[in-house]
Amino acid sequence: MAVATHGGEHFFRTCDVTGFKVDTRAEKIAKVNAVMAVVSFLIAVIAALLLVLTRWQMIHLLPVDWYYRVLTLHGLDALVFWIIFFELAALVFASTAFLNTRMSSPFVGWVGTVLAIVGFLLVNYMILTGNADVLMTSYAPLKAHPGFYLGMILFAVGALLIVSTFFANLMIWRRENPGQSLPLFVYGLMAAAIIAVITIVSGAIIYIPTFLWSLGIIKDIDPAVYKLVWWGLGHPSQQINVSAHVAVWYLLAFLTVGGQSINEKISRFAFILYIVAINVASAHHLLVDPAVSPVWKVWNTSYVMYLAVFASMIHAFAVPSAIEVAQRKRGYTKGLFEWLKRAPWGNPAFSGLMLSMIIFGFIGGITGVVNGMEQTNIIAHNTLSVPGHFKGAVVGGTTLAFMSVTYYLIPLLFRKKIAFYGLAKYVPWIFGIGVAILAVSFYILGAFGIPRRHWDITFSGGPFTFTYNPVTDFFWALFAIGGVLAVIGALLWIIQVVVSVFFGQPFRGPQDLQIPIAEPVEMDEEHKGFAAPGTFVLVLIFIVAFVIFVALNYGWLSVMWEVR
Amino acid sequence: MALLPPKEGWFQKKVAKDEKIWMALAFVVSVFLFFWMIIWHVYAKQNPSFVTYRTTPEEFYQLTQAFIEKYKVGEENGIPVVKPPPGSDVFLLARQFRWEPVLVLKKGEEYRFHISSLDVLHGFSLQPVNMNFMVYPKYDYVLTFRPTSAGEFYIVCNEFCGIGHHMMIGKIIVEE
Repeated sequence: MAVATHGGEHFFRTCDVTGFKVDTRAEKIAKVNAVMAVVSFLIAVIAALLLVLTRWQMIHLLPVDWYYRVLTLHGLDALVFWIIFFELAALVFASTAFLNTRMSSPFVGWVGTVLAIVGFLLVNYMILTGNADVLMTSYAPLKAHPGFYLGMILFAVGALLIVSTFFANLMIWRRENPGQSLPLFVYGLMAAAIIAVITIVSGAIIYIPTFLWSLGIIKDIDPAVYKLVWWGLGHPSQQINVSAHVAVWYLLAFLTVGGQSINEKISRFAFILYIVAINVASAHHLLVDPAVSPVWKVWNTSYVMYLAVFASMIHAFAVPSAIEVAQRKRGYTKGLFEWLKRAPWGNPAFSGLMLSMIIFGFIGGITGVVNGMEQTNIIAHNTLSVPGHFKGAVVGGTTLAFMSVTYYLIPLLFRKKIAFYGLAKYVPWIFGIGVAILAVSFYILGAFGIPRRHWDITFSGGPFTFTYNPVTDFFWALFAIGGVLAVIGALLWIIQVVVSVFFGQPFRGPQDLQIPIAEPVEMDEEHKGFAAPGTFVLVLIFIVAFVIFVALNYGWLSVMWEVR
Repeated sequence: MALLPPKEGWFQKKVAKDEKIWMALAFVVSVFLFFWMIIWHVYAKQNPSFVTYRTTPEEFYQLTQAFIEKYKVGEENGIPVVKPPPGSDVFLLARQFRWEPVLVLKKGEEYRFHISSLDVLHGFSLQPVNMNFMVYPKYDYVLTFRPTSAGEFYIVCNEFCGIGHHMMIGKIIVEE
């Protein structure tokens, strides 16, 4: 197969801001996937509002059947469709535009996109018509309509096809640029794509037999096997997000302050650790289950001796230190934190990046480790602490990072001016603070034992009743405030995106750029002493908080009933 | 540079002192957390059980019925109340949407719980102590509990099991 280095120029436009060659065929595919991501996000956000107003029993909005239906809808649209469509858009765009190369096969890209959209429509239809009240996890032997499983399979196949074009694009780039290394952002996305393949294959292994079972062709699905393999899809698919949003962090540090990883070797090593260790996280969901041994649990739940947590902690230093070093080069050298104080906080992409890192680390990360340790899982499993953790990780971390980078995608990918740009600087704060309050109240409510996925914690109609500690009333109110704030932030962002993309003014060139792109800063060849003392102090604060939180939870566990 | 290929010599660049110290610290904490779980298994008193038997819904139903008949002391809201002797095997059955039986236990004594489901997955969430375990059909999960506090405790189902999930609540009474 000849590589079109010449003769295909009419496929390309040259970006007048960045100078990148953009394959317009890839661009269209990326645009459609990005639009689907926002559509999914909108459904998820509306569902989220209904759920918040139902679980807060002061209002208790939805009836019981619709609560579980909307919960299923929310789970799949937020955790699967929004994020994966966004990542597919990023994979296609990054592997062509950022590498100055062409789309390997627009045809395969379109087939994948269409399959994914059909899958998305089928799953949403099945849920809304009441044919799949099985929640996101659809644990067998709960059974949904075959169309639900078929939709998931179609979506997965579509996603896999697009991921395969990403790898093919990298091969073209490799032939055109022998001996070169990938840009760090694309390298991080490559890690995400590799994890995506592992994840989607797990999904196929479990959804295909479950589909046949729902048709009556297979007689029986073992519930333990289902749960084990399903979480091979369920948790690692969130690790695609971690990899992708960390890549976005590096990108945003570069775009907003011109920061670069102070040691790319280290940052890349951390991405490799993700690939090696992060995909064993199925175990996080089986820690208090029968059927698997403690040796298996401890090894897998710790991501192979916490190598993936170690990797995240490497990024926790590498990204802020990139910002700090760039800011110091600009002359903000006073004390430990002048670089941070004088950072471009008015740039929504910068404030979004910082909030995303803080929420992901301090809320998502720390609670994730505590929930995922074999013994402390006893006091967290299936309580509200679990959504508390992933609200911090996926909503505060991934979603906020993706929302922030979108402020660059609107002009550079969609070639539109950002509508209501003055509003943009508030959006990350409203959303971020809302999510932080929501996640923390979730976590605390969970610590009081309140179950997740539960329509009525007054147990109306049950043979007994039980009243949770009345202190929880306060945290429920906080939960509602946080939830509503986060929904407002998300809706503002969606309005901005939709108005810009479909009704916005065209972006005619660099003079129309509303969101600033920082000049890159020259890096030193050698380090003398500490490269980023401010960041060093921040990560020390993090590790102290981390260790204290683990210790508190083990202390609390030790006063429970004895069990073995 | 996140958007462009790294500069010549990036692979040979020395790691900064602070990044090195941080990585060492992060690695030590990571490895410590791993060994902590093993240490807790050896020395502490709260660990998830790993004893599991294969069973069938029919078999487990019969075992529970025999257990109830043997030790039944009364009935509460239509659910049998059972008082097994300390140290014995206890059967707890989960099904859409109830737990049976109600158990009367003695504080400080050990009981070998067998927990399984007749239909779908359920969650065993003991309140107000907050301890949570999964309940499967076809797997008999054996958890050896020693209640360390007395009073009335409730078993909330915390794994979605169908439309009546919120009505699924059971009871354990622990006597001094």
